[in-house]
Amino acid sequence: MVNYLVRRLFIMIPTLLAISLIVFLIIELPPGDYLESYISELQAQGETVDQNHIEFLREQYGFDKPVMTRYWEWVTGMIVGDFGFSFEYRLPVSDVVGDRLLLTIVVSMVTIIFTWIIAFPIGLYSATHQYSWGDYGLTFIGLLGLATPNFLLALIMLYFANVVFGTSIGGLMDPDYIDQPWSWDKVMSVLEHLWIPVVVIGTSGTAGMIRRLRANMLDELQKQYVTTARAKGLPPLRLLLKYPLRNAINFFIADIGSMLPSVISGAELVAVVLSLPTTGPVLIAALQSQDMYLAGSFLMFLASLTVIGVLISDILLAWIDPRIRLAGGAAK
Amino acid sequence: MSVDIENDRKLAHYVSEAPFDSHSIEALSPEQERYYMASQWQLMWWKFIRHRLALISGGFLLLMYGSILISEFLAPYNLHTRNISAIYSPPQSVHLFHDGSLVAPFVYGTHYKLNLTNLRREYTEDTSKIYKINFFCKGDDYSFWSVGKGSSHLFCVEDGGTLFLLGTDRLGRDILSRIMYGARISLTIGLIGIMMSFVLGMVIGGVAGYYGGVTDLIVQRMIEILQSFPQIPLWMALSAVLPVTWSPILIYFGITMILAMLDWTGLARAVRSKLLALREEDYCLAAQLMGAKPKRIIGRHLMPGFMSHLIASATLSIPTMILGETALSFLGLGLRPPITSWGVLLNEAQNISVVALYPWLILPVVPVVLVILAFSFLGDGLRDAADPYK
Repeated sequence: MVNYLVRRLFIMIPTLLAISLIVFLIIELPPGDYLESYISELQAQGETVDQNHIEFLREQYGFDKPVMTRYWEWVTGMIVGDFGFSFEYRLPVSDVVGDRLLLTIVVSMVTIIFTWIIAFPIGLYSATHQYSWGDYGLTFIGLLGLATPNFLLALIMLYFANVVFGTSIGGLMDPDYIDQPWSWDKVMSVLEHLWIPVVVIGTSGTAGMIRRLRANMLDELQKQYVTTARAKGLPPLRLLLKYPLRNAINFFIADIGSMLPSVISGAELVAVVLSLPTTGPVLIAALQSQDMYLAGSFLMFLASLTVIGVLISDILLAWIDPRIRLAGGAAK
Repeated sequence: MSVDIENDRKLAHYVSEAPFDSHSIEALSPEQERYYMASQWQLMWWKFIRHRLALISGGFLLLMYGSILISEFLAPYNLHTRNISAIYSPPQSVHLFHDGSLVAPFVYGTHYKLNLTNLRREYTEDTSKIYKINFFCKGDDYSFWSVGKGSSHLFCVEDGGTLFLLGTDRLGRDILSRIMYGARISLTIGLIGIMMSFVLGMVIGGVAGYYGGVTDLIVQRMIEILQSFPQIPLWMALSAVLPVTWSPILIYFGITMILAMLDWTGLARAVRSKLLALREEDYCLAAQLMGAKPKRIIGRHLMPGFMSHLIASATLSIPTMILGETALSFLGLGLRPPITSWGVLLNEAQNISVVALYPWLILPVVPVVLVILAFSFLGDGLRDAADPYK
């Protein structure tokens, strides 16, 4: 197990490095830099541009250095917790990101747990009652959930909440708590507001998971050990829980890896529609205003979140399934 | 004993001169013959048409794609026709009967009033005015695919009336017409995007699967890294990179390229795993021994073996592309007006206070969901049909 862990952690390092390189490339790609748009903004407002001031800023932010140096400084800075400086907010990136990243993680985690809780019983039911009306109905609802883009679902829910209840369901906490330090009441308020984004983000993931779980269980149910157990007179429920389900659980955990990127993607989009205080809205604003260190850090965080999530799912899988840790192969 | 055998051998016997027909013992019925002699594609087609939902979805998609060829004719108004007297007009309903008698399809006139207390635009039906809906009539002038000029429409309303079946937007443009024109962009972006990602996936996955070894390792790592990115933030970042100075049409191709650049990984993986399995087959070895080049072996001998699977999985990933474009344009990072896609239309519905007042602005959601559902069903049907021997 330790062996496996070490090897798995070791693979992660080049992956993260490659991701950082791609992210850096993307934020370097746009022609011009933040200072240039800053200068033109100043000129548009009719203010004089002090060349010395600009030169000072350029030096301060390191725009005068070659690309490789800047990349190196960015990466090494991240390791010690210095994520660069946000031009737009005039704050260190870590100050801007802090709470928002935490909330993004909370929303994503709760969404995945929600997905599990909903998908597990429904998938089981669909597989054991194949081709029943319940199966057809649930499959259809699932397909509809899969086909409706979640940001549009958010929009539709906002509309109905507005029309039916006359309230706005946006946000992630009561307005009173915004910018307040964390307290018990604030946590409760977040929990109260959390379910709407969770349902909205989780729908398509849940639908996909039900389909995959159903297919997986159907495969297992056709295997001979099930027939044997049934012939020996094991009660159906006990049989289900003891054998096929245990095999299906593996897949369940491995699925975090494939689910996380889409959950995080969905969370970003839904956050914009529901105006959640997560990373989504800031990321878009940062991308639009070429606030490169902020955007880069966000992208890096989100990608690392996925990589770490996959790592956790791999470790769990290895812990549960001896075949993986003994064979030492890839987890997929 | 031995004498008997000798005698038997000498027995006179009869041998028919006619050529032997191997089917004479177990004659195939015409149906069986048709089935056994059918080509693989024929078998797939037979299996596919048994999947009703997939067939219907395929028909629906064909209709949709057919409609984008003649959007100008089908849409009652032009893409940019502004009706200043009908800003944020609600959907008008089509009536058949007036005062208990059949009049043919018509709409009532509308009466507009600005509510001065809350500044809402209020439209009421004015039942004294009747405007009949005509078919194959003259309406807005348009240039058809910038080749010919025309002004005939499938349906339009009598002079003086308005026909906004799905309402209008903030500039008084007919939403139904805009959805019809938007289909042009939204539907083609998925198709062009999938073609690009198909080529990328086949080439990269093909090389990795056929050569194996280090090439395979590098490609595998590359795919893993790309897949660990959350797709939408990466799309957003890449489309924010597109220069503002680009013309809308360049942006269109840029966005398509971005969508394709992140989508090929799944296809490449499928190609690779199939190739790894197939290259061990005897017929592949035979081709190698006869001196065929890798390009020929992959293209001529291996690819056809799993082409049908590839097409099915490509169909299943078109919805991701359409959704991606819709999401990007919705956020204002994708296509920009005057190019109109369903996402661009939905961009107007981004603000909840607008949606609460004018809910018909979220109607472009409907075609998005329908098209995505249709592609999923079609893809499911194709996937089942891809393996006709099962």
